[in-house]
Amino acid sequence: MATLFGINLFALSGQLLVGLINGSFYALLSLGLAIIFGLLKIINFAQGAMYMLGAFLAWMALQYFGVNYWLALVLVPLAVGGIAILIERFLVRPIAKEDHLYSLLLTFGLALILQGLFTQLYGSSGLAYQIPAELKGGTKLPFMYLPNYRAWIIIASLVVCATTWWVIEKTKLGAYLRAGTENPQLMQGFGINVPLITTLTFGFGVALAGFAGVLAAPVYSVSPEMGSNILIVVFAIVVIGGMGSIGGAILTGLMMGVVEGLTKFFYPEASSTVIFLVMVIVLLIKPAGLFGKEA
Amino acid sequence: MQAMKKTMMAAAMSAAFAVTAQAGGVSDDVVKIGVLADMGGVYADICGKGCVTAVEMAVEDFGGEVLGKPIEVISADDQNKPDVGSAKVRQWIESEQVDAVNGLVASSVTGAVTKVLTDAKKVALISTSASHAFTTKACSPYNVHWTYNVAALANGTVKPMVDSGKKKWFFITADYAFGHALEGIATKVINDQGGEVVGAVRAPLGTTDFSSYVLQAQASGADVIGLANAGTDFVNALKTSAEFGLTETADVAGLLVFTHNAKALDPAIAAGMKATTGFYWDMDDQTREWSARFKQRHGSIPAMGQAGAYSMTMHYLNAIKAAGTDEADAVMAMMKATKPDDFFARNAYLRNDGRMVHDMLLVSIKDAASRQSDDDIYNIEAVIPGDVAFNPMMESCNFAAKS
Amino acid sequence: MKVNKLYLSLFGLSLLAPLVLYPVFLMKVLCFALFACAFNLLLGFVGLLSFGHAIFLGTGGYITGSLMLNTGITPELGILAGTVAAGLLGAVYGKLAVKREGIYFAMVTLALAQLAFFFYLQAPFTGGEDGLQGVPRGMLFGLVDLSDNMVMYYFVLAIFIFGFWLIHRTIHSPFGQILKAIRENEPRAVSLGYNVNDYKWVAFIISSALAGLAGSTKTLVFQLASLTDVHWHMSGEVVLMTLLGGMGTIFGPVVGAAVVVTIQNYLSGGELGNYISIIMGAIFIVCVLAFRSGIVGEFQKMVKKNF
Repeated sequence: MATLFGINLFALSGQLLVGLINGSFYALLSLGLAIIFGLLKIINFAQGAMYMLGAFLAWMALQYFGVNYWLALVLVPLAVGGIAILIERFLVRPIAKEDHLYSLLLTFGLALILQGLFTQLYGSSGLAYQIPAELKGGTKLPFMYLPNYRAWIIIASLVVCATTWWVIEKTKLGAYLRAGTENPQLMQGFGINVPLITTLTFGFGVALAGFAGVLAAPVYSVSPEMGSNILIVVFAIVVIGGMGSIGGAILTGLMMGVVEGLTKFFYPEASSTVIFLVMVIVLLIKPAGLFGKEA
Repeated sequence: MQAMKKTMMAAAMSAAFAVTAQAGGVSDDVVKIGVLADMGGVYADICGKGCVTAVEMAVEDFGGEVLGKPIEVISADDQNKPDVGSAKVRQWIESEQVDAVNGLVASSVTGAVTKVLTDAKKVALISTSASHAFTTKACSPYNVHWTYNVAALANGTVKPMVDSGKKKWFFITADYAFGHALEGIATKVINDQGGEVVGAVRAPLGTTDFSSYVLQAQASGADVIGLANAGTDFVNALKTSAEFGLTETADVAGLLVFTHNAKALDPAIAAGMKATTGFYWDMDDQTREWSARFKQRHGSIPAMGQAGAYSMTMHYLNAIKAAGTDEADAVMAMMKATKPDDFFARNAYLRNDGRMVHDMLLVSIKDAASRQSDDDIYNIEAVIPGDVAFNPMMESCNFAAKS
Repeated sequence: MKVNKLYLSLFGLSLLAPLVLYPVFLMKVLCFALFACAFNLLLGFVGLLSFGHAIFLGTGGYITGSLMLNTGITPELGILAGTVAAGLLGAVYGKLAVKREGIYFAMVTLALAQLAFFFYLQAPFTGGEDGLQGVPRGMLFGLVDLSDNMVMYYFVLAIFIFGFWLIHRTIHSPFGQILKAIRENEPRAVSLGYNVNDYKWVAFIISSALAGLAGSTKTLVFQLASLTDVHWHMSGEVVLMTLLGGMGTIFGPVVGAAVVVTIQNYLSGGELGNYISIIMGAIFIVCVLAFRSGIVGEFQKMVKKNF
């Protein structure tokens, strides 16, 4: 086996790749948060619950309606986005003019309800969702056995993240979006329906969490608590990256997955704390975050 | 054996003495059993409402009253939190005259609750906790530990595997007291049998992604990957092991497998895996008869702790009847002096340290083709005699010898 | 004058309460009331939402619990040590957190609390999932045995009154006035030459020390320190208590704590245990949408309107 300074490079590469898989979920979730924050200036505390909802909807769709994985991958984010649109229209918008802390508390309440509801309905021991037949098995890499489904997670997540980045940063639609954030009154004056754009963007940001949920269902057991645990980590990631850019959110997410993977290799006991430690360091050196603009 | 008979005699005599010494009878004119368990969390399926049902069944089968006084069952949710559980039990004792607490799942809760019960001289009837602490370093004259413990699991599952030539072990351990205890006791068994532990990794409780730990296990070159965890952690770790092809190069051994976990596993992954259990519904006519009644009321087959909760309640009530009082010291003495014998407790006796010693079962998970029904999960491979399964009593916990 | 009468009659009621109600329940309410009051000092009077405040509650509990278990010191010293430890942690975390504002502040405090949570989960002295069990209540000043619930109750009541008085004093001091100015208009406070971050930091330290005091006391009451008190759920609960009772009011957190503890006690016994989190969530939403002043705030509005 190849070693460097006594470190098993094969094992290290494996851990890095596994870290990248986790990073894919972090990237999707923090991207969703960044988009919503950019437009509404609120932090959606229910983002984790929506990720959980995505996984449960995929499970329910298969169980009750025989909807397969591939169809669920399209339909569930739409459904989750639809629910988010209703939430924005009827719960978030009425308090849009209040302090943003209120919308944080509102979405926190929503997260509690969703988590409680699914615990009540399905218990908290978790449900199993099979890996789709097309992606069963794996590929033998020189340094590890990579299950096909894990490879698919990385690809799917990167494609979605990159497309989202391209749409927002490089297209006309994205330009409207960014302008709507900067100066809503002006855009309204140009005849652009800002409230509609706001609602749709909120829906899209949350739909990303739903997409991540479907992606997670076959590898992590589908359980009511899956959202709350990951969300706090994603919060730390958001603080690390700062809310400056869409690309920053994606990059920080992937990076932190890898950092976590390395820690699991060198010092597993610290794996659940390492991201928070990075956050502390970043706060000391660059309070606005790696990609954030100084306030 | 002779010595044991002697202590039993002594215990019986002291029980008789206790009865005559005290006025006897039932305190506050009711025998109240509180069932404390996780009702909605990760351990809800292995005890939870099923334990309440089992205790209620025992009370009904007993006739609903003892010494002419009614028997009452109340229950509460401990949410797997020691603070919630001990506060509830304190309240039960201080304002609801509860005589014994049944159920008891998470070891953390059981540890806190048994302290409260011992202070108040009330009986702890432990059905589902795995830690052996309650009859060793945290033993108490008021503890009764019925169904199984980590020692029985390690002796039952690990020993035969090491003996069959699987010498090199790697552990994926749940990073809390129960996981550490299980890993520790299994390591001792492995070393005693001439095997070797080549590595271990501690995964936080509730880990969703085991892939990193599975890669480490894979790199260790062990013959057996021991999963020293339970419930969801166990299911996830096993699933991930299969996904990364670990199950093809090494054996994966689940050290604590509950029936409902085994039922939820894909037979393609889990078939052939061995496990130790305190009870299986499909063992003989006696177990099938009771399990059918249980399933009719509860909706699913009984987990071992639920069967244990029934058996333990019966023995407790019988002891009250025989002792003529519900006073805890007398009842404990009587429980230890008389042998339980029912569909659950085979070749059983309650040791002076509170450990119930009974036959355990070594089972293996059936493959999909040989299953007759959804509930048909295990082949029974062997019956492990109680004295082989459970470690010997520690002298410091032999309360009968002390008094 | 009117206010003094109100305080006096409340004091009388609290002296008599344990004759009617289960003392352990009352002690629980008092501990959480103090915790919520400490939290409200930040949210209600400085406008800072700390979403990880449970960590200070739990730190107090762990330090007091482990000292009481291992050293045999008297309970008042144990509580003092827990309070100081929480204050020190508050000093470190506060220094970091005040660098960010608004919702960022909430996220930073939550993440920092989670960092400490994992530390407590693994540190040997906390007992991990088991927690610290069988913590002795000890002899107060080496003289008074606290193992009796009634004696313990009056001790807890004294601690609560002390904490409440301290918060009251802080709010009505010149320091408190500046805090309010920061809440109302931070840029203006800056332009007046105040070092806003330092003021926030000191408020954070006071708040976390008092939260630690509540946690230390709670550990003695229940003779147990556990992960529940450092979990983010607990941080959410204290937000709920404050919001429901009325943030920025003196009595709001007390009322909120009493209501929430009562609801939990009532639900945990029955079939409704699983609904606790659903009901808590629903209360959050109702409070935010229609009831932002909380029970006490709405009551004050009503009194102002009608009298």
